[in-house]
Amino acid sequence: MTKELEDVLGSFEQNRDSLIPVLQAVQGKFGYVSPEAVEGIADYLSVSESSIYGVATFYTQFKFARSGDHMVKVCLGTACHVRGGSQIMDEVSRHLRIQAGETTPDYKFSLERVACFGSCALSPVVVVDDKVYGRMTPKKVKTIVKEY
Amino acid sequence: MKFEAIKKKAQQEWEAFNLFEKPRILVGAATCGRAAGALEVWEKFKQELAGRSLEANIVEVGDLGLCYAEPCIEIALPDGRRVLYGQVTEKTVPELVEDFILKGNPRPDLALCTFGQKTVEGIPAFEELPMVRKQVRVVLRNSGIIDPSNLYHYIARGGYSGLAKAVQMDPEKVIEEIKSSGLRGRGGAGFSAGVKWGLARGNKSDVKYIICNADEGDPGAFMDRAALESDPHAVLEGLAIGAYAIGANYAYVYARAEYPLAIRRLEGAIRQMEEHGFLGKNILGSGFNLTIKVKQGAGAFVCGEETALMASIEGRRGMPRPRPPFPAQAGLHGKPTNINNVETLANVSEIMNRGAAWFASYGTAKSKGTKTFALAGKINRTGLIEVPMGITLRDVIFDVGGGILDDKQFKAVQTGGPSGGCIPAQFLDMPVDYDELAKVGSIMGSGGMIVMDEDSCMVDIARYFLSFTENESCGKCTPCRMGTQHLLHLLTEITEGRGKPEYLTLLEKMGRTVQATSLCGLGQTAPNPILTTLKYFRGEYEAHIFEKRCPARVCKSMIQYSVDAEPCKLCGLCKKDCPVEAITGSKKPPEPFVVHQEKCIRCGMCFSVCPFDAILKTSGDKVAMAA
Repeated sequence: MTKELEDVLGSFEQNRDSLIPVLQAVQGKFGYVSPEAVEGIADYLSVSESSIYGVATFYTQFKFARSGDHMVKVCLGTACHVRGGSQIMDEVSRHLRIQAGETTPDYKFSLERVACFGSCALSPVVVVDDKVYGRMTPKKVKTIVKEY
Repeated sequence: MKFEAIKKKAQQEWEAFNLFEKPRILVGAATCGRAAGALEVWEKFKQELAGRSLEANIVEVGDLGLCYAEPCIEIALPDGRRVLYGQVTEKTVPELVEDFILKGNPRPDLALCTFGQKTVEGIPAFEELPMVRKQVRVVLRNSGIIDPSNLYHYIARGGYSGLAKAVQMDPEKVIEEIKSSGLRGRGGAGFSAGVKWGLARGNKSDVKYIICNADEGDPGAFMDRAALESDPHAVLEGLAIGAYAIGANYAYVYARAEYPLAIRRLEGAIRQMEEHGFLGKNILGSGFNLTIKVKQGAGAFVCGEETALMASIEGRRGMPRPRPPFPAQAGLHGKPTNINNVETLANVSEIMNRGAAWFASYGTAKSKGTKTFALAGKINRTGLIEVPMGITLRDVIFDVGGGILDDKQFKAVQTGGPSGGCIPAQFLDMPVDYDELAKVGSIMGSGGMIVMDEDSCMVDIARYFLSFTENESCGKCTPCRMGTQHLLHLLTEITEGRGKPEYLTLLEKMGRTVQATSLCGLGQTAPNPILTTLKYFRGEYEAHIFEKRCPARVCKSMIQYSVDAEPCKLCGLCKKDCPVEAITGSKKPPEPFVVHQEKCIRCGMCFSVCPFDAILKTSGDKVAMAA
């Protein structure tokens, strides 16, 4: 186990209840959950690796491969859908030349669809990293992508 | 410190906050405000004030609910005038500083409303706003008014008086109070909160848990987020009262990871509670002990279901299990557990403060109090509202919400998210409460209310919800796992122009089966969007199937874009913005613009950029069948 991983794990209680918070912390630190990290977590919590994969793959939050430097999330919640969210998704996808769930070959962008940010009043919404862009139009997509 | 002493200190701090020795600027910076640019506007205010060597007290507050007008900024001057400005941009900030703060001109042209005693000519008071007039704000009592990170503001407005009262009462009496208030669970199902507490209290155990369900997963719902961001103590106080009533010493708040600001607010508020003796050992001298922990969800809609939520806290896959045993008997770690929704708990704290009779004076015979709704979709005034139960849909949509966007025709309103249904115009005068909504095939749900107009395709909406539930189905029980998949397949076939007549009866039959046989609420309610649209908008399904036509012109495989030569000014914007070079034409020499159907991907870009409405969107004339 690397020193970095040990540091992340050290602050958690060694029981099953900690599993999801631990996975969140590991992903927060390394960007994704690597096989080595799963091995380390299994040791630390005394939970089998297969159980950890079982849990981690159940939740959409966890990633198992490196993602891009910038995470582009297009909201396809109900309000965004009604106000044209899927058009925004198509446009972003066309610009970045990747589909939802993929990462550009240069690891600059990853694209994700999200079910709702709770900013429905400003729909349609796109979030890049932590910045929220409300009242989106297909045309705005180009300018926003250029910001990064 | 004794509660009375804390209260006194809170009063003083609140009075000082409302004295305005120097101008006070309140920035509405909940997620909605931030998305609209509140933080940039805040920065701009700082610059403009510094540039003029002015001093002001800038404070971040939560959400007033006027989301359509975000970012909202309130400016208060030493003379007592308090004016709220909407849709403030970096451009208007210098004007507000110069005109109002420096010269005292309130700029009614930019203002939304005033607050407090002092009236300002030409600007209505907050309470008189059409969006606010019919509202009764219990859950949102402090939203956008107090600094959510300031415990004293909350206490000065009656906060923690309910908890102080409760811990001096017999827990049974607390449960009685909640029962007689008529409060029903605001998470959607509408079970009596008092009865639920009574069941959890009745089960003897050394350890009991209480959980606040803040896993607001319905797409199109943001009431809980706004409440947690704008007034976290209101929810936490309710949670503490619930814990006392059922005899639990451990509490959790299970919140969506997608709500980072709400989680930060909760964690800050919990620390303040500990510092002031509202948590920990011997709370307010009563001998009652309680700890509260925040647990973050990890992105699974099904975790809003009680048994799945508990599995997730235990570090397992969030899958529901059959009941009984009910959580009140054997819940988290096998111990008696009670789970309440955010809004329910925010009501509890105010009910304990102001009494059951006060709460029960609002609402209908069987649904007491108020309900928050997230108004969104094709409506003029989107936002977060709170209205008394029993108000009609028409009042909500046309008075509070200001009617349909661009004066279009109202088609339906969707309540209850993926578990709810679409309600057509014929029920607009129906009173909104748990039982009436159920009668027309929808549910109250947690409070998302999405308005659809003539441009919304109801088959597409049903398909949208099914794609959501199919994706979020945990896969444990067959009816939900396979049923949602098949239902989605049928709807996709219909929207892509491959629908067959027998699909109509098949959808209905399969929908009923999934409803009747699924393990948990997710599957049991997943067919609701289909069944209600089939019932009220059957004609749209038939147009898709028999005429291969989408009446609302939404379904891509059935629409076409073309150029209407008459209004076309040959400006060439459509050609310039077309991502696939499907449009030809030129201004010089004049050559008419044409959309080449074989290249067109129907992205709608030309339609949205044309300044002259010269792009036509049609369905049914010449239909491009999907491959």
